[in-house]
Amino acid sequence: MKLPIYMDYHATTPVDPRVLEAMLPYFTQEFGNPASRNHAFGWAAEKAVERARQQVADLIGASAKEIVFTSCATEANNLALKGVAAMYGEKGNHIVTCATEHKAVLDPCRQLEKQGLRVTYLPVRKDGRIDPGEVRAAMTDKTILITIMTANNEIGVLQPVAEIGAIAKEKGIVFHTDAVQAVGKVPFDVSQVQADLVSMSAHKIYGPKGIGALFVRRRNPRVLLAEQISGGGHERGMRSGTLNVPGIVGLGKAAELCGAEMADEGVRLRRLRDRLNEKLHQSLDGIYVNGSMEHRLPHSLNVSFAWVEGESLLMGVNDVAVSSGSACTSASLEPSYVLKALGAGDDLAHSSIRFGLGRWTTEEDVDYVAEKLTTVVRRLREMSPLYELVKEGVDLSKQEWTH
Amino acid sequence: MAYSPKVLDHFQNPRNVGSLPKDDPNVGTGLVGAPECGDVMKLQIHIDPTTGVIDEAKFKTFGCGSAIASSSLVTEWLKGRTLDQALTITNGDIVTELDLPPVKVHCSVLAEDAIKAAIADYHRKHDSHMAAAG
Repeated sequence: MKLPIYMDYHATTPVDPRVLEAMLPYFTQEFGNPASRNHAFGWAAEKAVERARQQVADLIGASAKEIVFTSCATEANNLALKGVAAMYGEKGNHIVTCATEHKAVLDPCRQLEKQGLRVTYLPVRKDGRIDPGEVRAAMTDKTILITIMTANNEIGVLQPVAEIGAIAKEKGIVFHTDAVQAVGKVPFDVSQVQADLVSMSAHKIYGPKGIGALFVRRRNPRVLLAEQISGGGHERGMRSGTLNVPGIVGLGKAAELCGAEMADEGVRLRRLRDRLNEKLHQSLDGIYVNGSMEHRLPHSLNVSFAWVEGESLLMGVNDVAVSSGSACTSASLEPSYVLKALGAGDDLAHSSIRFGLGRWTTEEDVDYVAEKLTTVVRRLREMSPLYELVKEGVDLSKQEWTH
Repeated sequence: MAYSPKVLDHFQNPRNVGSLPKDDPNVGTGLVGAPECGDVMKLQIHIDPTTGVIDEAKFKTFGCGSAIASSSLVTEWLKGRTLDQALTITNGDIVTELDLPPVKVHCSVLAEDAIKAAIADYHRKHDSHMAAAG
């Protein structure tokens, strides 16, 4: 076992050596610009790009022409939201989204609000899931876009996107889903979900950073987007800029590998994730899983350790890379808005740790992490005045605190 | 964020973790902060009734590494001081000693508040104790 242990696969993943190998020729020998239509260098690059486009399409049940390459998933989300808002402005001005979306969706929404659009931020239930009925209820005749993520990046909870897609379809409203955490990890099919726009990223699926993609439906209905980056009309006029050929090749290869290995890898990771969860529950009291255990990515676990603060926990487990929803670990000094949306209380948000398992996580890693967490939580609880009060029988919610 | 060596040292080897009997008339207890804000400090001091000097200081803290380090540090500083001397400790002293970054200044403020709260508690008890005795 190698220390430190990486267990933060939601944040990013290492590039799979097979992906890197596929990419390398496109930095040096095959360096052509796919937009060069009249020589062999351009043709070779174009061929590589089109092959990757097919590989990405195959992973989500799309056709190659429906894949638009972007620099990252944040850009894909921006293109989807702003592109729809600009293109469908005559039809309406209302967007339906959810309070627990990634900032790459929420911030463009805020920006569109400043431009006069109206955005409904739907709440989630205690288990982190959205009620499809609320989506239906929120829609008006001015609604032009529903954007709901497939899997949440903090708690790993899967949203009922197929049900939401069906509602959108019925009403003829464009449905976008940020599927960055889900694609390549769990089966995802654009027909089954009835999604019109789907954002993806390479670096979450063992591909390189700096490359993402947006699925843009071409039939039933044909979705139109106003380009957000102009200058040459690349990517069917939806995203200009010279294509990042090595990155695209890497995304394609990463998608192919995930498609081939997802079924087995999902089973393996679910077993390891459940082992981690069980070990923590066996050795510690006062621990709570944040979000639905049933509707969850197989490699994902988010746990609050009551009466200890997340940042101090991270400091204590310094040979394990995980992340926390604690305010002290965020730039904004606010605890996780996702955990707050679950209604768990700020104190549990401060005490949360996100575990993300991945392709190189072993059973040995899981056992080490569970043991280490247990030791550190116990040590910090010995130092915690909250733990002491609880052991004395004090109800913390009734205690008066100074702010 | 990178932690200063002194924060790391106090976090790994906290001084004076524990509790003193809070009903002892010679003990002052300060409990400051709130769980939903992410930090709560309990600071306790024991005052030698003959000398008026703090001879024991204990803490328990729920909070980030800097909050734990700040409270650990002040327990060291408090021992051997009179209450008037204890009140001269400021959050600025803590920031300087631990080399806290701007985002962690609130931890030092909380530690200063804890000192004041513990001393106020001692005075409160002592006044009522004296009143009862008198």
